[in-house]
Amino acid sequence: MSAAIEVRGAVKEYGALRALGGVDLSVKQGEFFALLGPNGAGKTTLISALAGLTRLTQGEIRIMGHDVVGDYRNARRMLGVVPQEIVFDPFFNVREVLRIQSGYFGLRKNDDWIDELLASLDLTSKANANMRQLSGGMKRRVLVAQALVHRPPVIVLDEPTAGVDVELRQGLWSFVRRLNEAGHTIVLTTHYLEEAQTLCKRIAMLKAGRIVALDETANLLRAVDGHTLKVRIEGELPPGLPTPERDGAWLCWSSDSYDELIDRLALLRSQGVPVREFEVGQPDLEKVFVDVMRRAA
Amino acid sequence: MKAPAKPIDTLSLPPPAAVGSGFRTLLYKELLRFWKVAFQTVAAPVLSAVLYLMIFGHVLDRHVTVQGSVQYTAFLVPGLVMMSVLQNAFANSSSSLIQSKITGNIVFVLLPPISYREFYAAYVIASILRGVMVGMGVWAVSLIFVAVPVTQPLWALVFTLMGGAILGSMGVLAGIWAEKFDQLAAFQNFLIMPLTMLAGVFYSIHSLPAFWQGVSHFNPFFYMIDGFRYGFFGASDISPWTSLAVVTVFLAALAAVTLRMLATGYKLRG
Repeated sequence: MSAAIEVRGAVKEYGALRALGGVDLSVKQGEFFALLGPNGAGKTTLISALAGLTRLTQGEIRIMGHDVVGDYRNARRMLGVVPQEIVFDPFFNVREVLRIQSGYFGLRKNDDWIDELLASLDLTSKANANMRQLSGGMKRRVLVAQALVHRPPVIVLDEPTAGVDVELRQGLWSFVRRLNEAGHTIVLTTHYLEEAQTLCKRIAMLKAGRIVALDETANLLRAVDGHTLKVRIEGELPPGLPTPERDGAWLCWSSDSYDELIDRLALLRSQGVPVREFEVGQPDLEKVFVDVMRRAA
Repeated sequence: MKAPAKPIDTLSLPPPAAVGSGFRTLLYKELLRFWKVAFQTVAAPVLSAVLYLMIFGHVLDRHVTVQGSVQYTAFLVPGLVMMSVLQNAFANSSSSLIQSKITGNIVFVLLPPISYREFYAAYVIASILRGVMVGMGVWAVSLIFVAVPVTQPLWALVFTLMGGAILGSMGVLAGIWAEKFDQLAAFQNFLIMPLTMLAGVFYSIHSLPAFWQGVSHFNPFFYMIDGFRYGFFGASDISPWTSLAVVTVFLAALAAVTLRMLATGYKLRG
């Protein structure tokens, strides 16, 4: 079975600027995959290259086994892209937009699926509204519908929740999860790292056009001392405990083991130190991200 | 957002035979785009051309005859019809592309599996059709003022289609090249407009001094208008066959350049 996305030695140069510096990446069919990185890391350039919107200086990309240059027709049929910017054609209403986008893919009798998309994205009541009349959130939902109108097996979402309210965000993720459960490969870029942590099984991190981390989400989280214990006590810290970091009145210990932190709490109690407050923190992707980016500097 | 009412087999793509080309839809979209604002894209240019006809016809009709015995207002009609075809063919493709580029919705045309030839054909054919629609409107309204017979309809048709295709191609070229509206306006005001106005819309080049007659022969728009006028009167400044040859070569060269730009993704696929 071919990979959903296969990127080999992708280099993209804009004059002296190297936006992609030799990216190798493989995304399996059915994966929910995140592509993370700071602004200017090359995420959008890579997505543009996948979609044929930009041409690589060097290297090759295949979507479901189809080369995006040599076999662009099949490659593009396999791919749906939700662009980062909210863009729309002001001449048409929502249904016309979806029919036209459908027709671009050679699908002329696609109204059943268009109706399903409108219903799933809560746009049925706006089907005959001109694009100009829609709110930003609705326009973004139309963008999602446009990307899915040809039922592509691979879906790329380029920061789909930027500037989107909580309700829409939750609805969007619930819909995208369903698509992933139905077998669609999802590639997501986002600056909301908690979304990537919750949704994606595997993550690639880019910096300055290079992949600086690529692993399963769980492995990335394990790689940092992600668990933290924060306590606020009365009196002095008893001997026998490692020196904590201090955050105001809070004492903080980090460890990759819950047991170690529980032992420290137990030691405090056994020595009669009054613990006024305590918090146990989970490892989070933000810490991993900051750590990876610092090391890649 | 609501969950779909019933499970959807989202991955059942239609079999390859059922997947047609996006060309037809792109052409339809381009036609619908100008038709939705037909008051601005069809009616307004018809009105402008008719105003030219009324003013120049009224002022000069009694003083000027052209190509022997042709009344000036009658002479003016084919020139204005062709000028309208050319200007509107250019406006259609160029404005559609620049608007799409600046608003960013060009991405919807670039993501689907549409070849660069299909892209070119859709924009140019839509331009021709808008040009023809405006040209026919001008001709129909001109019948109120003067009845001009079309003695060689085939020649008129050939030059309409060729002229529309040339200006449609120029519109694609300019729309891709321009990055701002004022760059496109410069292309239109400093190239298209002078070439059209100096191509014999309002006069026969035989009325010009020898030097300017010679210069006119370097203007490809002159051949389109002169050939088209032959379709009406069966008479023209030069042979329609010569005009056809020049126009064909010009269209072929322009199409080659524009197709090359599209094939390489110039300013469209960074």
